[in-house]
Amino acid sequence: MPEAKLSLRGVQKSFGDNQVLRGIDLDVAAGEMICLIGASGSGKSTLLRCINQLEPIDDGTVWLDGLDISEPGLDLGPVRRRIGIVFQSYNLFPHMSALDNVLLAPRRVLGEDNKARAEALFERFGLAQHMRKYPDQLSGGQQQRVAVIRALAMQPEIMLFDEITAALDPELVGEVLNVLRQLRSEGMTMILATHEMGFARELADRVCFMDGGVIVEEGPPEQMFTAPEVARTQAFLRSVLR
Amino acid sequence: MNRRQTYEAAQRRRSLAVAGVSTFAVLAAIILLVPLAPGWPAVKASFFDGGVFVQTFPTLLRAFLIDVMIFAWSVPLILGLGLAIALARGARAPALFPLRIFGAVYVDIFRGVPVVLTIYLIGFGVPGLGLPRPWNSPYIWGTVALVLTYSAYIAEVLRSGIESIHASQRNAAICLGLGERDTMRYVILPQAIRRVVPANMNMLVALQKDVALLSFIGPVEILRQAGIYKSLLANFTPYVVAAVIFLAVTVPATRYADHLLNRDRDARS
Repeated sequence: MPEAKLSLRGVQKSFGDNQVLRGIDLDVAAGEMICLIGASGSGKSTLLRCINQLEPIDDGTVWLDGLDISEPGLDLGPVRRRIGIVFQSYNLFPHMSALDNVLLAPRRVLGEDNKARAEALFERFGLAQHMRKYPDQLSGGQQQRVAVIRALAMQPEIMLFDEITAALDPELVGEVLNVLRQLRSEGMTMILATHEMGFARELADRVCFMDGGVIVEEGPPEQMFTAPEVARTQAFLRSVLR
Repeated sequence: MNRRQTYEAAQRRRSLAVAGVSTFAVLAAIILLVPLAPGWPAVKASFFDGGVFVQTFPTLLRAFLIDVMIFAWSVPLILGLGLAIALARGARAPALFPLRIFGAVYVDIFRGVPVVLTIYLIGFGVPGLGLPRPWNSPYIWGTVALVLTYSAYIAEVLRSGIESIHASQRNAAICLGLGERDTMRYVILPQAIRRVVPANMNMLVALQKDVALLSFIGPVEILRQAGIYKSLLANFTPYVVAAVIFLAVTVPATRYADHLLNRDRDARS
C-alpha cells in the first residue's frame, strides 16, 4: 500500500464502449500541487471525478490515506467531505444566497452552524460584500470563487479543480487563479485539470500530461515545459504554447 | 425621432387601425346577425333575462362560497399528496420499489378516468358501504375524489420539474457530502417547485371549475343551486349567472398564471 496522501493504481473507466481512462497510476503527497494538462477528451475531468468517486471506477484502486475509497459499496459520504471539488460551470445553488450555498453542507453534513467561519472565508477571498447576493447577481469570477469557498467550508484535505477558469471571460481568470495561489501558499493538497499553461508552470510541483486516457509523461514543470521527452507531449505543448 | 423610430411609429399606427377596424367589423356582425336568427327572441328570454339575473345572483354567489370552501381545503391536500406521489415515483432504493410501482399505477388510473366518473364512483360507492354520519357526507367523498384525481396531475407536473433540474446540481450537492434526502430537500425540490408554479396554477384553475362537478353527488353548490332555480323559474339565466361568477374568478387567475409563465420564459431566455 502506497504511503502518499492519495494514490491511484491502474484506474480504468469506460462510458459504454468508450474507454476514457486506460490505467492511471498517480501518487500525490500531502501539500503537493499537481496540474493535469492535455487536450479536451484526454480524460482529465474523468480522472478528477474518479478520484472523489463521483464516477465509480471500473478497475484499479484509489487510496486516500491508505483507505481504499474505490471499494464498491463503500459509504462515500465521509470520503467526499474530505475531498473538495470545484467544477468548470460553478454549479452554485441558484435559489440560495452565496452565504447559504456555503453554509448548507456544513449544517446538514457536519451538523455545525459556523457562520463566523464561513464569513471569514468570504473575507479571506475578498467577497465579504457579496455574500448576501444570489448567484445570478454575481459575475462568473465571483461565482467561481464562491464555489471554491463552498468546497473549503467542509474543510477538505484535498481539493480538485476541474478547469475552473475555462468558462470565464479572460479578464476574470486572474481573480480565480489568485484564489488558487492563496490556497497553494497555505499548503493545500490540490489537483487541477487546466488549460492555463503559464499558471501550471508557475505553481505546480508536478505536471502530468494526459493523452488517450493515460498519463503519457509527468515531471517538474520546468522540465515538462522546456524539455519534454515524449513526442506526444512535445506536439501538444507546441500547439498550445505557440 | 430618428428614421427608424418614425418608421416604427407609422407601422404601429397602421397595425392599430387595422386591428380596430377588424374587431369592430366582427363585433358588429355578431350584434347585428345573431338577433336575426329565428330562435333569438326565445333564447334571449330564457338565457338573458335581466330580472332573473338580479333575483338569483345573491343566492348563487352565496352557493359559490361552498365551491370556494371545497377548493380551499382540497388544495393543501392535493399539493401534499401530489408531492408524496412525485417523490414515490422517483424513489431509487430497491426496498421502495413497491412505492414506485404504486405511484405509477396511481398516476395512470386517476389521470385515465374522467373526473366526473371518479366523483360518481367514490361519492356514491364509499358511502354505500353503510358508513354512519357524518362519514357518509358527499363533501368528504367528493373532496377525496377531487384530491385523488388532481394529486395525480400535480404529481406528474412536479416530477417533470424535478427531472428538469440539471444533473450538475445534484452532483454538486453529492460532492459536498450531502445525502440523497438532503440533496432532494434542500437543492432539487426548492428549484423544481419554483419552476412548476405556473403549470400548477393552471391546474388549480381547472380544479376550481371541477369543484362544480360535486353537484352531481349532493352538495348544493353553485351549479346545483342554478339547476334548482332553472326548474323553479323555468329559465336558464341562472346558468349564465353561474358562468359569470366563475369567470370573475378564473379569468384573473389564468391571466396571473400566464403572467408567471411568461416571466419565467423571459427569465430563462
